[in-house]
Amino acid sequence: MTKTKVLNWLQKNTMVLILVLVFVFFAWQTGGKILNPQNITNLIAQNAYVFILATGMLLCILTGGNIDLSVGSVVCFTGAVGALLMAGGMNMWLAVVVMLAIGLAIGAFQAYWIAYVRVPPFITTLAGMLIFRGLSNVVLDGRTQSISDQTFKDIFGGGATCYIPDPFGGEGLNVLCLLVGIVVCALYLFTVFRNRINRTRKGYEVASLTSVVLRSVVIVAAVMFFTVSLSRYKGIPTALLWVALVICVYAYITSKTTMGRHLYAVGGNEKATKLSGIDTKKVYFFAYANMGFLAALAGVLTIARMASAQPTYGDGYEMDAIGACFIGGASAYGGVGTVPGVIIGAVLMGVINLGMSVMGIDQNFQKVVKGGVLLAAVVFDVLSKRNDS
Amino acid sequence: MRNITKLFPGVRALDDVNLQVKKGTIHALVGENGAGKSTLMNVLSGIYPFGSYTGDIVYEGEVCKFAKITDSEAKGIVIIHQELALVPYMTIGENMFLGNEQGKSFSIDWDTTYAKADQYLKVVGLAESSRTLIKDIGVGKQQLVEIAKALAKNARLLILDEPTSSLNESDSKALLDLLLRFKSEGMTCIIISHKLNEVSYVADDITVIRDGKTIETMHKGVDDISEDRIIRGMVGREIADRFPARSGVDIGEVCMEVKDWTVYHPIYREKKVVDSVSMYVRKGEVVGISGLMGAGRTELAMSLFGHSYGHGAHGSLILNGKEVKLKNEKDAIHHGLAYVTEDRKGNGLILSNPIRVNTTLANLEGVSARGVVDQDKEYAVADDYRQKLRTKCTGVEQNVGNLSGGNQQKVLLAKWMFTDPDILILDEPTRGIDVGAKYEIYCIINELVASGKSVIMISSELPEVLGMSDRIYVMNEGRIVGEFQQKDASQESIMACILKSTNN
Repeated sequence: MTKTKVLNWLQKNTMVLILVLVFVFFAWQTGGKILNPQNITNLIAQNAYVFILATGMLLCILTGGNIDLSVGSVVCFTGAVGALLMAGGMNMWLAVVVMLAIGLAIGAFQAYWIAYVRVPPFITTLAGMLIFRGLSNVVLDGRTQSISDQTFKDIFGGGATCYIPDPFGGEGLNVLCLLVGIVVCALYLFTVFRNRINRTRKGYEVASLTSVVLRSVVIVAAVMFFTVSLSRYKGIPTALLWVALVICVYAYITSKTTMGRHLYAVGGNEKATKLSGIDTKKVYFFAYANMGFLAALAGVLTIARMASAQPTYGDGYEMDAIGACFIGGASAYGGVGTVPGVIIGAVLMGVINLGMSVMGIDQNFQKVVKGGVLLAAVVFDVLSKRNDS
Repeated sequence: MRNITKLFPGVRALDDVNLQVKKGTIHALVGENGAGKSTLMNVLSGIYPFGSYTGDIVYEGEVCKFAKITDSEAKGIVIIHQELALVPYMTIGENMFLGNEQGKSFSIDWDTTYAKADQYLKVVGLAESSRTLIKDIGVGKQQLVEIAKALAKNARLLILDEPTSSLNESDSKALLDLLLRFKSEGMTCIIISHKLNEVSYVADDITVIRDGKTIETMHKGVDDISEDRIIRGMVGREIADRFPARSGVDIGEVCMEVKDWTVYHPIYREKKVVDSVSMYVRKGEVVGISGLMGAGRTELAMSLFGHSYGHGAHGSLILNGKEVKLKNEKDAIHHGLAYVTEDRKGNGLILSNPIRVNTTLANLEGVSARGVVDQDKEYAVADDYRQKLRTKCTGVEQNVGNLSGGNQQKVLLAKWMFTDPDILILDEPTRGIDVGAKYEIYCIINELVASGKSVIMISSELPEVLGMSDRIYVMNEGRIVGEFQQKDASQESIMACILKSTNN
C-alpha cells in the first residue's frame, strides 16, 4: 500500500482504532476488570437507549447537521404515560403500542413545524424539550410511578431476569448466546463474500481482498468476543434484541432504500436535491417524525430497566445521542454518516463511561472527558473536510 | 496597474493586463461577462491579496502591496460592488461607519457618527435622516448610501462595479451626474458598466477587456467612442472551428411553447424578473438564449421547470400541444423536462457523494423497486453513462468533488439524461471548463438532438450560442428582445440588440 492509501485507510477507520485503543487503555488501567462478562453485559444494557436514540438522531443530522434536543423529554413523557397506563391495569402490549403512537405523534408534531413551516429544528426541539419535560411532571404529578409487570420488564430489559432463556441449559456458559454469535458471524461472512462474488462476476469494481478479509476478521473477532462474554454471564439481554432490531432496520433504510438516499442527498446539497424532483420537506418530516418514534421506544426500554417512571428520566439523553453521532463520524454539516459508524461512536462513549466508573473516577470528571472527546471528534471532521477541498 | 496576471484553478482570469487611470478622470471598463473586469478591480482593491497575482499596482507613483481591503482603503481606494453590501436592519449611519466606527473601540461615539453621516448624505444629495433603517429606503438611495460610505472612508479613487444595474433611469442619471461632480472636485473614478450610453456619457477614457486581456483604450475627444465602435472592441473575435458539425437532424414540429410567462422576484415581490416571455422550441432543435448576466434567463428556465424559482409565475406552458400546469420539480421531470443548472457545485451535484449516487439522484425510481435501491443496477447505469460520455475518473465510486469541472458537467448531464427527458434546458453548460471538454459537451448536445430531443441552451458566451444554436432568442431585463435564425445572427447584431434595448 502506498502512503496515501494508508492515510486514507486510517482516516476511514480512525474511530475503530481509537475504540480499540480506549478499550486496551481501560483494560490496563482497571487490571482487566472492564473485560469481565458482567461489565460487558452492562455496557450493552446500560447504553441500549443511546444506541436507539443515536440511530434516530443520525437521520436528523444527515439532513444537514440538524439535531433534535427534545428526545430526552420525549423518552421521559412516553415512559411516564406508559407507566401510568400499566399501573391503571392496561395490557402491557397495548400500553407499548400507545407509547409508540404517542412518540410518533410528538415526532410528527415537531416535524410539521420543521419541515413545512421551516421553523429551525434547534428552536422547535428546544420548545419540545421544555414542553414534554413539563408535561412529564404534570402527568406524574412530580412522583415516581413504579412498574410491577414482570413480563414487561423481562421483555424490555429490566431487572435480574431480562435475559433470553437458554434452552440448552449450559453450566456457566449460555449455549444459545454462543450459537447466535456463530450464526451472526457466518451470515455476515456469507453475505460479504456472496456480494463480492456477484460483483466480480458482473465485472464491477470491488474492494481489495486483503482489506475485506482484514475487516471480516476484526468484525468476527468483535462479535465473538461480545457473545462469549455475554454467554459467560447470563446470556443475551433482551434489550440487545431491540437494539439489534433497530440497528438492522435503520442500517438497511439508510443504505438501501430511496428514502435513505434522499436523507443523504438533502444533507449533501439541498438545492440540488430539490431540483432533482425530490420532496425535501417530506424528507425532513420523515427524519423528525421517526425520531419521536424511536424516542418512544427508548422510553419503553428506560422504564423497563428502571422498573419505574420518574419526571427526571431521560435528562441529558439527547446529548449522549448527539455525541455518539458526531464521534461516530456523522458530519456536522450533514450528508455524511452511517449507522455502523454511529454504533461505534455509541460504544466508544459507553466504554469511556464504564471504564471510568470501574476506575472510580468522579461523575463530573467523566463529563469533562466526554466533552473533550466530542470536541476532538468534530474538530477532526472539520479539519479533514478542509483538506479535501 | 502593470502586467497583472491572475490565475484561478484551470483558468487564466487575467493575462498580462495593463491599465492606466489618470488622476481626476472617470475611466470606464467594458467587456463581456467573464472578461475579467471585476477580477481586475478585486486585485486593485486588495480583495485578492498581494502574492495571489503577479504584476504591480502603482498608485500615485508608488508600488502598492495590499494584503487586505483595509490596506487599499487606507490609500483612499474604495470599491463599491454590484451587489450592495448593506445590513438591512441597521441605520444608514451605522452602515456608513461599519468597520470604521467613530469614537473608541470600546465606546462608539454615536453623536459623531450620525453628525458625520448626515454631512456625507448631504454631499451625495440624499435627503434622508441617517437614523433611517436601510430596509426602509429604495435601491437607488441605498446606492447613494454606499457612495456616502465610500466618502466617509476618504475615498480618492472610487471603483463602481455596475452601479446602475439595479437603478431606474432617473436614479441612474442622478448617480452619473454625481460622479461628474466628484470628478470636478478632483476625485478619480473607475466605472464598470454594460450600459454603453452611460459609458459614453461620463467616461473620459474607455478600456475594453476581453478574455482577460486589455484590448484597447479609447479617449474621449480623440477616438471614436460610439456604441458600435465599443461593441466591435468587445466581441471582436473569430469563431474558429470550435464547434462540431451537426448533421442529419430533422427539426420536427413544435414540442414546447411558452406564452406570456411572467415571474416576480421571490423577495421583492413587485419586481418582474421575467416579463411576458413567449417562445417556442421544435423537436430536435437547439435553441440558444443569449443575454447578459441578470437578464432573467436562469430565472425563466427555473420557473418553467416546476416553479423552482420566483413568486407568482404565470403564463402558459404548452408541451406537445397540451397546456400543462407543473406543480413542482418532480412534476416537471415527469413531463419530460430537465434543467441542467449553471451552478453545478451549488445546485447540481452532491460533491461529497460518488458519481454513482449523483447519476441516479433525479430518477432513483429507475433503479429501485418498492423503495429499495438496487445498487448493482445503479452501478451499471452509472458506469454506462461514464463510458458513453467518456467521463474521466477512477471509477463511478469516485466522489464528484474530486473531478475536474468538465467531468463534473458530464456527470450532471448524465444525471439528467437518465431521467429520459424530451427537452433539456442547459444553463451555461460550458462555464468554467476547458476548451477540450467544451468540445465534448457540444458533441453530447449534438447526439441529444440527433436522438430526437430538444435542447434549450442558455449561454453568456456569444460564440458558443452562435456556433451551436439553430435559433437564438436574445433576452434583456426579463424580456425577449430579439430572435435570430442562425444564419442571420452575428456577435455584433446580438450585442447591439442587447445594448440598444437597455434602459428604455
